[in-house]
Amino acid sequence: MSQQDVEGLDVERIRADFPILEREVDGKQVVYLDNAATTHTPEPVVEAMSDYYRRYNANVHRGIHHLSQEASVAYEDAHDRVAEFVGASGGREELVFTKNTTESENLIAYSWGLSELGPGDEVVLTEMEHHASLVTWQQIAKRAGADVKYVRVDDTGRLDMDHARECITDDTAMVSVVHVSNTLGTVNPVSELADIAHDHDAYIFVDGAQAVPTRPVDVEAIDADFYAFSGHKMVGPTGIGCLYGKADILEDLEPYHYGGGMIRKVTFEDSTWGDVPWKFEPGTPPIAEAVGLHAAVDYLEDIGMERVRAREEALTEYAYDRLAAEDDVEIYGPEPGPERGGLVSFNLEGVHAHDLTSILNDHAVAIRAGDHCTQPLHDKLGVAASARASFYVYNTRAEIDALVEALEDARTLFA
Amino acid sequence: MGLGSDMYRQQILDHYKNPRNYGELEDPTFSHVGENPMCGDEIRMDIRLADDGETIENVAFSGDGCAISQASASMLSTKLAGKTVDELLEMDRDDVIDMLGVDISPMRVKCAVLAEKVAQDGAEIYRGELDKEKTTTTED
Ligand SMILES: Cc1ncc(COP(=O)(O)O)c(C=O)c1O
Repeated sequence: MSQQDVEGLDVERIRADFPILEREVDGKQVVYLDNAATTHTPEPVVEAMSDYYRRYNANVHRGIHHLSQEASVAYEDAHDRVAEFVGASGGREELVFTKNTTESENLIAYSWGLSELGPGDEVVLTEMEHHASLVTWQQIAKRAGADVKYVRVDDTGRLDMDHARECITDDTAMVSVVHVSNTLGTVNPVSELADIAHDHDAYIFVDGAQAVPTRPVDVEAIDADFYAFSGHKMVGPTGIGCLYGKADILEDLEPYHYGGGMIRKVTFEDSTWGDVPWKFEPGTPPIAEAVGLHAAVDYLEDIGMERVRAREEALTEYAYDRLAAEDDVEIYGPEPGPERGGLVSFNLEGVHAHDLTSILNDHAVAIRAGDHCTQPLHDKLGVAASARASFYVYNTRAEIDALVEALEDARTLFA
Repeated sequence: MGLGSDMYRQQILDHYKNPRNYGELEDPTFSHVGENPMCGDEIRMDIRLADDGETIENVAFSGDGCAISQASASMLSTKLAGKTVDELLEMDRDDVIDMLGVDISPMRVKCAVLAEKVAQDGAEIYRGELDKEKTTTTED
């Protein structure tokens, strides 16, 4: 079987939708392997957004005039479309637009956490949380006087589920876990964790920033109470993210941002709130971005998320095997397979990750170096930084070859 | 060629692989530690002043991190002996980049200036012009 049959994808056709992939720097075509940071944007998404600005740009919710109606319908429909994409049957009543995953975490931490958490309560996180969730819950717990516990990551880069069962107790009020780790690539057993949390009457918040772009996600099958992700990591625009929440929970929750567009009735003394999701979206929202995210979801569904997942897995296995074949490369996280997402973090012996990335940049190979917003996890791994290559549907094996071959240059310089 | 290889000219690699004045002084007049959170670089600078309380007599640095931050600290350590504290405080990022003698890509300037900032903050704390608890980072 040819490569195309295995993954059922016409990669060349997909690449043609992303003109930025042709971009050259210093005469070399950029090899973009930094998709976990942000993905590129295909023509249909750019088109949908410029069509909005060209034809029906207007503020939403408050206009009676025609353009405002068109913009409002498009903005509201985008909620339903994205909700459907992640299996939220409640549509817009379960899907709030935010700025990004980070804001989605903060929304729940502030509106639910600050009022519901108190001394004696526990928030359970994992050692592989992104700072978006780790710092947010750490700080909110501190303000509320609640404790934070971290589920251990074992030597294979997976969560120690026995430890998870120990950590999550009747004192636990919230479990916040990353679905796919942006550093280790680990795909965590989130629905099992949801069961454990619910057995103890705790909520579970799942950080899906790396999951929704790379695999089919069904928030109801997971039984997540909250689920967050970002538009810019799933071929959508920057400036828009999503918070899924179960309808009955969001219904009872107080907003943490106030302003116009979210209210039912306002007097000098008090205000009452509009329906979900509007009560969580005060002020002029990201309208063009919502239109773009709608188009992004259509684009991904056209390809098929199962195919996206298969492609990610195949590229990751290829990259992992090629890097693992080098004696001086140390790779972090589990072996390739269904339990690993589409990224590989590694270090080249004797070369600091930032130096390595600068040298790869000369070859127009774009990867990330640093702690990837998982500093405590890097402390645990015993390294200050790592290099990370992350893949998306449009990447090719030839691009991974370019990465591996460019390592030689770093070796020569630093020998 | 892009900025990357230009950055890794012989002189920088030489100072990275064979750092000068690496270690700690037995009797520093002041010492200070700082970090660059982006790269996870950490540098400690030990400085001993002559009896006049003004002239830098001896310098040592320690820490670890990327080649740019470590080479910059090594080169700075060789440059500082004989200078006065005022001269140290007058240095700016251009002086450091001149000293390195290569183009530093914008995202890596923080690595390049870390050692200089640590030495300067250390000197200001010594003179009582900065809070003792001041932590030096090149984040801001
Ligand atoms: C796992 C994970 N969580 C959260 C985030 C934060 O996403 P954003 O910066 O879009 O808020 C990221 C992205 O960097 C991520 O990889």
